[in-house]
Amino acid sequence: MTSQRYLFLLPLVVFCIIAIYFGVGLTKDPSRLDDDILTNQPMGHFNLIPIEGRTEGLSIDDVKGKVSLVNFFGSWCVACLQEHPFLLELKETRTIDVPVYGVDWDEKNPKDVVRWLKRHGDPYTKIGVDVDGSTIIDWGITGAPETFVVDKKGIIRYKHIGPISPSSWASTIWPLIVELRKE
Amino acid sequence: MKHILCVLIAIFALSAPAGAVDPDEILKDPALEERARVISKDVRCVVCQNQSIDDSNSGIAKKMRVLVRDRITKGDTNQQVIDYLVSRYGDFVLLNPPVKAKTAILWFGPAGMIVLGLFGIIFYYRRRSKETAATTGASPLSADEKNRIDALMNEKGSET
Repeated sequence: MTSQRYLFLLPLVVFCIIAIYFGVGLTKDPSRLDDDILTNQPMGHFNLIPIEGRTEGLSIDDVKGKVSLVNFFGSWCVACLQEHPFLLELKETRTIDVPVYGVDWDEKNPKDVVRWLKRHGDPYTKIGVDVDGSTIIDWGITGAPETFVVDKKGIIRYKHIGPISPSSWASTIWPLIVELRKE
Repeated sequence: MKHILCVLIAIFALSAPAGAVDPDEILKDPALEERARVISKDVRCVVCQNQSIDDSNSGIAKKMRVLVRDRITKGDTNQQVIDYLVSRYGDFVLLNPPVKAKTAILWFGPAGMIVLGLFGIIFYYRRRSKETAATTGASPLSADEKNRIDALMNEKGSET
């Protein structure tokens, strides 16, 4: 009978459990729940046209063979500009030697990206333009910049959303590249 | 006047809402277009969270609508198109979360709470009726008491 005396507290307890459960849920970004869905999946086929004034675009075969980064960007993207100096630094640091392939998407005017690269510098090994959006959907892109680490066999191993910061580079991306090079 | 009314009715009642679909996206085959609309209504625009790609006019939603149409034109079934998008974006891309172990609480939680509540109510009343029975110590009527009640009941009955 004594245990039943406290039965009136049961609804409160149930409420607290639900409140904690939902409270934790509020701290999560629903759009990021499936961030790693493409991890350990091979890249889908793509063959992208070059930006205006160049002859070489970007195809899936370019990315295979070496541990590389694939960076989705656009001249319209403010956060890409924030990331830009870091990518330039990567290119200039010989000891790092990681090809960074750019996929340019959602340009209003195809000349915009040419001007953007002229003004801010070109950190990319090769650039392809995704005109119809089929490649960005195939990579599950929701914004820019987004950067993928791809291994030698062409398998996606990591997805980074937003600009690469020196700290995320040092703590996650670079150690992963070093690891993948040993494979 | 009647003609104008007819035209107005036709405009408002007979036209299906077109959502955000641009005229240049619409497929020539109405059957395929209809399927594209059905799929699009269930696919989340990944940058606007609570809009379907059919409703959203964001750039990425447009790209997804075009991709959906492209795929069904090439012979994909509705399910194949949906499966492809889920393989790229996860279940998040569906406006209706699928029923699986991870989402069981979402689907069955509310019904479970109602069942739990019903059990609680039944339990409460059963215990209360038992308790009142115990405290008042109700026992079957004696022959004397029964006669008195019958007499009272008959009296009432004859008055009316």
